[in-house]
Amino acid sequence: MRIVESTTTSLSGNAQAAMRWNRKDLLGLRELSVDEINFILETADAFKQVGTREIKKVPALRGKTLVNFFVEPSTRTRTSFELAAFRLSADVINISATASSLKKGETLKDTARNLEALHADILVLRHSSAGAPQFLANRLEASVINAGDGAHEHPTQALLDLYTIREKRGKIAGLHVAIIGDILFSRVARSNIFGLVKLGACVTLVGPSTLVPREFEKLGVQISHKIDNVLPSADVVNLLRVQHERQRKEYFPGTGEYTRFFGLTKERAKLLKPDCLIMHPGPINRGVEIDSEVADGLQSVILDQVTNGLAVRMAVLYLCGGIANT
Amino acid sequence: MSTTIIRNGHVIDPANKRDEVGDVYIEDGKIVASRSEIRNPNSEIEEIDASGLIVTPGLIDMHVHLREPGFGHKETIESGARAAAAGGFTTIVCMPNTSPVADDPSTIAWIKSRAATAACVNVLPAGAISKDLAGEELAPIGSLVQAGIVAITDDGHCIQNHELMRRAVEYARMVEVPVLDHCQDYNFVGNGVVNEGYWSTLLGLPGWPAVGEEAIVMRNILLAELCDHHIHCQHVTTAKSVRLLREARRRGVKISGEVCPHHIALTDEAIQNFDTNYKMNPPLRAQTDVDALLEGISDGTLSVLASDHAPHADFEKEVEFDAAPFGIIGLETALGLFLDLLVHKHRKIDIVRLIKMCTVEPAKLLKLEAGTLSVGASADVTLLNPDLEWTVQIDKFESGSRNSPFDGWKLKGRAVRTIVGGKTVWELD
Repeated sequence: MRIVESTTTSLSGNAQAAMRWNRKDLLGLRELSVDEINFILETADAFKQVGTREIKKVPALRGKTLVNFFVEPSTRTRTSFELAAFRLSADVINISATASSLKKGETLKDTARNLEALHADILVLRHSSAGAPQFLANRLEASVINAGDGAHEHPTQALLDLYTIREKRGKIAGLHVAIIGDILFSRVARSNIFGLVKLGACVTLVGPSTLVPREFEKLGVQISHKIDNVLPSADVVNLLRVQHERQRKEYFPGTGEYTRFFGLTKERAKLLKPDCLIMHPGPINRGVEIDSEVADGLQSVILDQVTNGLAVRMAVLYLCGGIANT
Repeated sequence: MSTTIIRNGHVIDPANKRDEVGDVYIEDGKIVASRSEIRNPNSEIEEIDASGLIVTPGLIDMHVHLREPGFGHKETIESGARAAAAGGFTTIVCMPNTSPVADDPSTIAWIKSRAATAACVNVLPAGAISKDLAGEELAPIGSLVQAGIVAITDDGHCIQNHELMRRAVEYARMVEVPVLDHCQDYNFVGNGVVNEGYWSTLLGLPGWPAVGEEAIVMRNILLAELCDHHIHCQHVTTAKSVRLLREARRRGVKISGEVCPHHIALTDEAIQNFDTNYKMNPPLRAQTDVDALLEGISDGTLSVLASDHAPHADFEKEVEFDAAPFGIIGLETALGLFLDLLVHKHRKIDIVRLIKMCTVEPAKLLKLEAGTLSVGASADVTLLNPDLEWTVQIDKFESGSRNSPFDGWKLKGRAVRTIVGGKTVWELD
């Protein structure tokens, strides 16, 4: 705590922090209050500054052990968590599904309890099953950080998206955010919806009717299947990766037709307001959901998202790891 | 020679239109008409004081998974039968999804012999429709009937090939065995684990849409008409299924449906903490579906109440939500939930209708001699206290498993004594 205080003016001490954060786990944005979300974003401000120093490391989690437990392939999220943990001076081990004993028939619960028996303090879990992080959080003393569970939530991705919007536009309330693509199967979309609606943004989901079912309207968002009607009023467009290769063949006719109807092409990008932010959680399918030039254009903040992801994950690890200690 | 008199109970015996305070006489395991009919008046007489209680024919649960052979760590025929007795059921029909599958006369023989030595209630096996429940070729249905099955079903699975199902129903008509069907269209349902709706959207869990059930209910209505043979839709859950069944039954189609307690006690809102004790197949539905089921029970569209007792070990259920097996146990809570919800809370049916739905209705469907207090019938009797308030405690269950979402529920009404063949096999402490 002392270390972070010295890096920031936004934190005024343990007592205030404890008042604003008392969760050992980060499972999703649906369960967080506006105050908790803002507190994470403020804490990330402090850590973002650490990344600009010559020595990019603070001893906040020195002596703590963090396990990156990825029961589903991921490179960027795992790397981001790993780097965030290094910068907080935690010891890090990575376990992936193929290397883990899950393949040998051990249950998730047993594997996690074994990790805890080795005194792991923080478990960062990526899992293909919705609810897996909550399942472990209810059964472990260690902090559980959800790094993406099925189509449920990906809270640190949404937090870094919120952070980036706030950083670039100075606010979130009142902005019109369009989330475009495969909403049905997207944990990024769900976490963004929960966070953006809580913070007062106006959200429109855009995509094929099969991937943006009407049920989503009950979450307090608008739905549109006509991207050209949405783009002119958007302050932020967040493009989701569209996958057709796996089980999506029944949901839309193919990437060619997707691009024709929903791709952010050069021509469509002209409909955007000049200050509209273009975001993407990556990895990008250039030429499918977004044209290459648009992805690399001046309105794109895609790489800022990656940088901010590091600060946000440091904040989350620091806050939850701090609770698990006490 | 043994003689029992159940005295001063409120006897409700729908098969004989009896609804009065009176006595029930039992000699040598059979119902006898009156005291004067007892052939050996010198034998020792056991008297059971049933004043304040309801005396009914032993209840029938036509949808139970006993897990033997193959999965004795979840439930055995012995433990499942004890759970049935504790729930007031004297006759249970066990589903064929065992290992090996009950698709062969030798397996039916094994189940029957095991039940004869180990079960304290009547255990009647259902046989498979298709070999290995694979939905590809017919099981030897005629031989299974000869071996003693009371119905055929691929429960847990559903025959997707409509032509195979048509021939199964035609064949079943010939050998006079009723067809029970778990209604699930695999294309619509895919890898769905919870009702497709608000909660599946919110939680990102794969949806099991209502249409996945309704499409097969519709198929079964068409086949029941085409083949002129009865098809019974197991565990009906959706509003449109109820509507389809209501319309078809009005036209006289030989189709029926059953309801499970969890589908009227809970909605899909219960899944929000990913607790796998709320995961069953078909899944918990929306409130509009629950309301439609209650109406279907009230107007007779849904004629049978059943538990779909589906035991699973703790270690099997305590996993990721989509990896967990479907199903919950129900034998020891079904009657309490039905009494509490249908008779007391929602007042959808009176207790006489409830007893019918657990006795004469399944007995008629399966052509059983059970479910009646007729003279000469096996003395299977359940004593109920419809107003007794009690709390569900899963650690007190007789079942070999504990996968119930109803632990701690306060219910009104339950069985207090279960008599099979004249012998008390279970009594409330």
